[in-house]
Amino acid sequence: MYGSGIIKTLAITMYHFVMTYVDDVRHWLGRGEDKTLRATEGLPGEGIFTLQYPQERPSLPERYRNLPFLVIDAETEQLRCTACGVCAQICPTQCIWIERAKEPESGRPRRYPMAYNIDVSLCMSCGFCAEFCPFDAIKMDQDYEVATYSRPGFVSAREMAKPESYHAGIHPRAYAQEENEGDE
Amino acid sequence: MAEKMVDRTDVSAADRIYDMPVEVWEQLQARFPGALHPAEPPARGEGAEPTDSGSHRMTRSVSRSLLMHRPRYEGVLVHARHLLPVLTFLRDELDYTYLSNMTAVDYPESVEQLPPHIDVVYHLFKMSGGGYVPLHVHTAREGAVLPSITSEFPAANFQEREVWDMFGVRFEGHPDLRRLLMWEGFAGFPLRKDWKEAYYEEEHKPYRSRFPNGGNLFYAEARTPCHANVRMTSQELSDSCPPLLEDFGEADRLLYERMLSADRDPDKPLKTEEMVLNMGPHHPSTHGVFRMAVRLDGETVRHLEPVFGYLHRNHEKIGERNTWLQNIPYTDRLDYINGMTCNLAYCVSMEKLLGWEVPERAEYIRIIMSELSRVVNHMLAAGFFSNELGMYFTGSLYALEERELVLDLFEAVSGGRMMFNYMRPGGVASDLPPGWIERARQLVRERLPKKVRQMQTFLLDNEIVRARSIGIGAMTAEEAVAYGVSGPVLRACGVPYDVRRAEPYGIYDRFDFDVVTREHGDVFDRLALRFDEIWESLHILEQAMDAIPDGEIQSHRLSPRMRIPPGESYGRIEAPKGELGFYLVSDGGANPYRYHIRSTSLLNLTPLSTLARGGKIADVVAILGSIDLTMGEVDR
Repeated sequence: MYGSGIIKTLAITMYHFVMTYVDDVRHWLGRGEDKTLRATEGLPGEGIFTLQYPQERPSLPERYRNLPFLVIDAETEQLRCTACGVCAQICPTQCIWIERAKEPESGRPRRYPMAYNIDVSLCMSCGFCAEFCPFDAIKMDQDYEVATYSRPGFVSAREMAKPESYHAGIHPRAYAQEENEGDE
Repeated sequence: MAEKMVDRTDVSAADRIYDMPVEVWEQLQARFPGALHPAEPPARGEGAEPTDSGSHRMTRSVSRSLLMHRPRYEGVLVHARHLLPVLTFLRDELDYTYLSNMTAVDYPESVEQLPPHIDVVYHLFKMSGGGYVPLHVHTAREGAVLPSITSEFPAANFQEREVWDMFGVRFEGHPDLRRLLMWEGFAGFPLRKDWKEAYYEEEHKPYRSRFPNGGNLFYAEARTPCHANVRMTSQELSDSCPPLLEDFGEADRLLYERMLSADRDPDKPLKTEEMVLNMGPHHPSTHGVFRMAVRLDGETVRHLEPVFGYLHRNHEKIGERNTWLQNIPYTDRLDYINGMTCNLAYCVSMEKLLGWEVPERAEYIRIIMSELSRVVNHMLAAGFFSNELGMYFTGSLYALEERELVLDLFEAVSGGRMMFNYMRPGGVASDLPPGWIERARQLVRERLPKKVRQMQTFLLDNEIVRARSIGIGAMTAEEAVAYGVSGPVLRACGVPYDVRRAEPYGIYDRFDFDVVTREHGDVFDRLALRFDEIWESLHILEQAMDAIPDGEIQSHRLSPRMRIPPGESYGRIEAPKGELGFYLVSDGGANPYRYHIRSTSLLNLTPLSTLARGGKIADVVAILGSIDLTMGEVDR
C-alpha cells in the first residue's frame, strides 16, 4: 500500500518516544542499572537517553586523555623528569619547551628540568609524550573542564606537577602494570 | 640512555617488493621504444620474490631498477610527449582503467644525476584487482608544463588542478585550470620546497628552540610572517587588503565566466532568464564549508561548479615538516568521522616502505576498528542524508546514538573519541583493555543489528525518501570508473571493486564477506548499498572477534625520530568512504620528503557537476548527501 512506508517511519519515531518513558520507569523501579554507568559501560535502553550534565557525569575510561602533567615520585618527592627531551622531540605540535638544569660551576647538564612549559592552547592531547617517556615521568590527565575566558597559553608543568598517587588513582591498571615492570 | 635511544636509526628494511608485472613493462617497451626509461628492461624473475601473504599479488615483480639511477623508486619514467599515448595504451589494451592517484614531487636540487625537476606521478589500477602501474613524468621547475590528460581521464580533473595549485605545473589542454584549494591571486606554489609557510620556524620538526634550552618561550605567530616568511612583494604587502578583494573578484570572474559560457542552448523556444546561485560556503547541506556555484534556469541546474579550499590548512606541507610518527595524530583530522581508518592507511603505507610485518593480534585489532568505523560511517551517512532530505535531525540522531556507543569502545581502547592516534607502524599503540571484546561483542551481536534494521526500515521503505532518491543522480559503471570514484559510490554503479578484495591488505583475505554492489548508481542505490555494507561489516566483526588470538601488538620498538629507508610507496586501504591512499616519499631522513593523501572525498566529488546537471536544485543536496564527504579530507 502506498504510504505504508511513511507509517512505518512514523511508528519508529513513536517507538523511540514511548521507550524513553519505559526506560525511565524501569530505572525508577530499580531494574535499571546506575545511570552514569549505563552511559559508559552497558548498553542504554531503546529510548532517548540523557545525562543531566553537570549534575550527572559519565564515568571516564581509564585511557581517556586530556593534557599532560608531570609526575612527582612518591619516594624521592622530586619530579621524575630527567629532562631527556624525548617528549619535546615527539610532540607533534611542538608545544613542550624544556630548559635543562645546569651545574652552576661547571655548566654541565643535570638530569633535571630547570623549566618545563607546555603551550596548552596548542596541545592536541595525542598522548605521545606519555607513551614515549622512558621514565614514566609524564602522564595524561583526565580533567576535561579546561575552558577559560582567555587564552591560557603557556603553563608551567613543573609547578603544576601532580603526585604519583594522583596518577595511580586515575590510571589504576596502567599504574599496577608499571609497578610490576619496575619490580622485575 | 635516553639520548642514545633518540639517535638510533631504523634503516633496516629489506629491498622493497614492487607489484608492477613484468608483462606490462615488456608490452610498454615494445609499443613505445625509446620513450621510456630505463632503456634496458629488467630481466624476468629478477625482482624480489612475491610475498606469501599476497595471493592476489602479481606473481612476478619488476625489480627496482626501473626508474633510472633511482634505487628503491618504483615505476616507469615516461617522456611528456608520450604521456597520453602511454596512459591510453595502458587503459585500452592492458585494462589499467582506473587512474587512482596523481600527484607531484618537487626536487629543487639535482638528485641522483637528474637536474632540478618536478616529478609528476600517476598510479593506475585494474578493476580486476592487483597492484598498480606507477608512471613518472618529469618537467623543469621553471615554466613547468605538461599535457593534460583530463580529456581522456576525467579522474585527473581535480588532481591536475591541485598539482597546478600546489606545484605550479601548467597542464596544457585542461578545460578549467584554476587553483583548486588556494584562491586566484595567491602568490607562490605552497608545496614547492622553496615556499616557506607562515609561522615558519624551521624546515623540520623537532625544532631546536624547544630543547635543551627551551626557556625562551614564544608563540609561533608572534614571530610571523607577513614579515619574513611569506613571499609577498612589499607592494602587495602594503596594500594587501584592497588588492585581496580584487583578487577575490578575479577568482569569481574566472569561475562565473566559465559557468555562464558552458552549454548554452541558443535555440531554446522560451526565453528565460538564468541566474547564478551560490550554495555555501555556509550551507546546512554541505557538511562543512563547501561552496557550489549553480547556474539555474528556473529550478533546473544548468551548470554546477564546486569550490573548495575553505578548510585548507596545507596538511601535506605540515606532514612534510613533521617526523614520520608525528603525522599519525594529524591523520585523525582528515576524515574526522573515521580517524581509525585514516591512521591505518598512513601506517599501512609506512609499513610498505619499512617492510615491517604486523603481529597477528594487532592485525585483528586493526580490522575490528576499521569495521566498527565503517558501521559508524555508513549509519551516519544515512542519518545525515535523511537530514538533507528535510527530515530534520530525527534520522541523524538515531544514527548518532549508535555512534556514541561505538565511540565509547574506541575511547576505552585508545583514549580519544574522535582523535584516536591509535595505529602505529608495525602494530597498534595499546592492547585491548580487559572485557573490551565482550562489550563489543554484545554491541555487535545484540544491539547494532536491531538498530540497523530499524534504520533501514526508517529510510529505505519510506515513500518520500524513495521518491526523492530513485533515479536521481545516476551514473553508469563506465562513467564511475573514468571519474575515479571509489567506495560505496563506485559499487552502487555495479562495479565490484573493493580494496579489501582487489588488493587485500592486512588479513582481509582470511575473512568471509561479499563485495556488495547495486545496479543503478543512483542516490537510492548509494544509500541502500551502505546498509548492505554494514551487514557485511558486522559479519566480519563477528568473525574477527571470535578468532582474535593473544599475543604481541607491536612488532618493533618505535623511536621518536625513526628513519625510513629511501623510497616511495603508495599504500591504500578501503576506508568507509572509499579508497584512501597515502603516497609517501622518503629520502632516508626522519621526516617524509613527500606526504600526499589520495583523498576519497575529493575524488568522489569529481562527477558532482555532471550528476547535478539537468536535475533540480533540491536534488543537488540529495546527490551531495549520497556521495558522503568530509570536508576535512577534501580540503586537507
